Amino acid sequence: MNAPLRPLNVPQRAAEPPVAGGIAASFNAVRRDFGAKRVLDGIDLQIEAGQFIAIVGKSGCGKSTLLRLLAGLDQPSGGSITSDGKPLEGLTRIMFQEPRLLPWQRVLANVEVGLPPEVRGEQRHERALAALAQVGLADRAGEWPSVLSGGQKQRVALARALISGPQILALDEPLGALDALTRIEMQRLVERIWREQGFTTVLVTHDVSEAVALADRIILIDDGRIALDLDVPLPRPRRRGNADSARLEGLILERLLGS
Amino acid sequence: MSLVERSARFGTARASRKGTPGAAVLGRFEARIAGWFLPALLLVVWEVLSRVGYLAPNVLPAPSAVASAGWQVLKSGELIHHMAVSTARALAGLAVGGSIGFVLGIANGLSDLTRRYSDTTLQMIRNIPHLALIPLVILWFGIEEEAKLFLVALGVFFPIYINTLHGVRSVDPQLIEMGRAYGMTRWTLFRDVVLPGALPSIFVGLRFALGIMWLTLIVAETIAAESGLAHMAMQAREFLLVDIVVLAIVIYALLGKLADVVTTVLERASLKWHPSFQKTEG
Repeated sequence: MNAPLRPLNVPQRAAEPPVAGGIAASFNAVRRDFGAKRVLDGIDLQIEAGQFIAIVGKSGCGKSTLLRLLAGLDQPSGGSITSDGKPLEGLTRIMFQEPRLLPWQRVLANVEVGLPPEVRGEQRHERALAALAQVGLADRAGEWPSVLSGGQKQRVALARALISGPQILALDEPLGALDALTRIEMQRLVERIWREQGFTTVLVTHDVSEAVALADRIILIDDGRIALDLDVPLPRPRRRGNADSARLEGLILERLLGS
Repeated sequence: MSLVERSARFGTARASRKGTPGAAVLGRFEARIAGWFLPALLLVVWEVLSRVGYLAPNVLPAPSAVASAGWQVLKSGELIHHMAVSTARALAGLAVGGSIGFVLGIANGLSDLTRRYSDTTLQMIRNIPHLALIPLVILWFGIEEEAKLFLVALGVFFPIYINTLHGVRSVDPQLIEMGRAYGMTRWTLFRDVVLPGALPSIFVGLRFALGIMWLTLIVAETIAAESGLAHMAMQAREFLLVDIVVLAIVIYALLGKLADVVTTVLERASLKWHPSFQKTEG
């Protein structure tokens, strides 16, 4: 794994950006129990291919559990999660709240973690460098993760999630711990890459304005059920703080706090 | 971690405050030799006290006398022979006991099944002072090589076992989950996540083990051996050669320091990623 670190001004041509396109996903009467507690109670949700969907809700409403089921980190107690009738296996990549980089591997090797083992040798480095370039960190390939800032670490984690060309990207509040400015930068980065590659994106967040800024559609989960399913018909690129998004935010917040 | 990072940063701040490059070099030199200041002072005081006749040579010979006795046994080849024998025994015991401890620590760290069956037994054996087995070991093996090997292996086994086990079990579960979510096979997960994560703790075990290794060997050689450093010291005692006895004790101290230096070098090489081992550039 100790990849010999190559000079960083290597042309990034050979590493083909994996074309994804995204697939649909559907939750069919999905339940999840932890002991006697029912965390998800009959979730029916159709996510269209290439859609950017945000899931909001209070802490403990089950939104992270939903995402973990989608990513295959957990199994439903009842119901199923499919894509065009077939099970979803290995097509989803998850990005966590924390960067979860391996501290003992350099940035480049950390990105290579996202590659399937079939990709070998030089190809690995080239694709990892291309993925790093995509998040604007190609010049940090040789660093240890410990010297990066929080936002940079999350960008490396994003490169790691994207390098295999996932069909679905599951984001578990990955921007929650960042400061406000870095957060907006990261939102723009995620949006840009999503528009270039067109994978289906499911973002779990507690930040309603983030959901309104990014998503095509917002799902509000309350007490294990879908309480609100809302399209966000705002044109892109979106400007923050305009009247339409403020109105939508207000609507969702009212529903979140009111119930 | 944050504490370690903070102390590392503290260290750089202090070093950079020195200013000119000349002062920085001097500062590094001072940092390197500072540890030897007290031993050197002790030697000087000891020599002076011997010279003025305060210390009788048949109680504690002067450092110069010890050094010349050391030179004699070095020239005759006797010292090299005994040191080689002792070192071979120590390393053989470390290799045997250390690898059993490492393998069992990894196994019990990864599998609840083997831990359930073996941990209780190991914890019971651990609480027997292994040197208490010397009479039994002499009955079993006499004073042959097996006796020393057995005792050293038993002594180093536990620190390595316990710290490997602890290291494996305290690897960040979030990283393991990440590895699983990213499709790592069991072997890759072990090689890239579990083992590197456990390494700092394994090194702590190695440090303890090296100390116990010399302790055990010296005791075993003092009681039952026909060669080795401690045997040399015991023979010298019979002929009232106090200088050789003191020489042996000084060598033990130096060997202890040597073991520590070797571990530090290994640590630096394999824990380069760790913030507390990162040298600041520029």
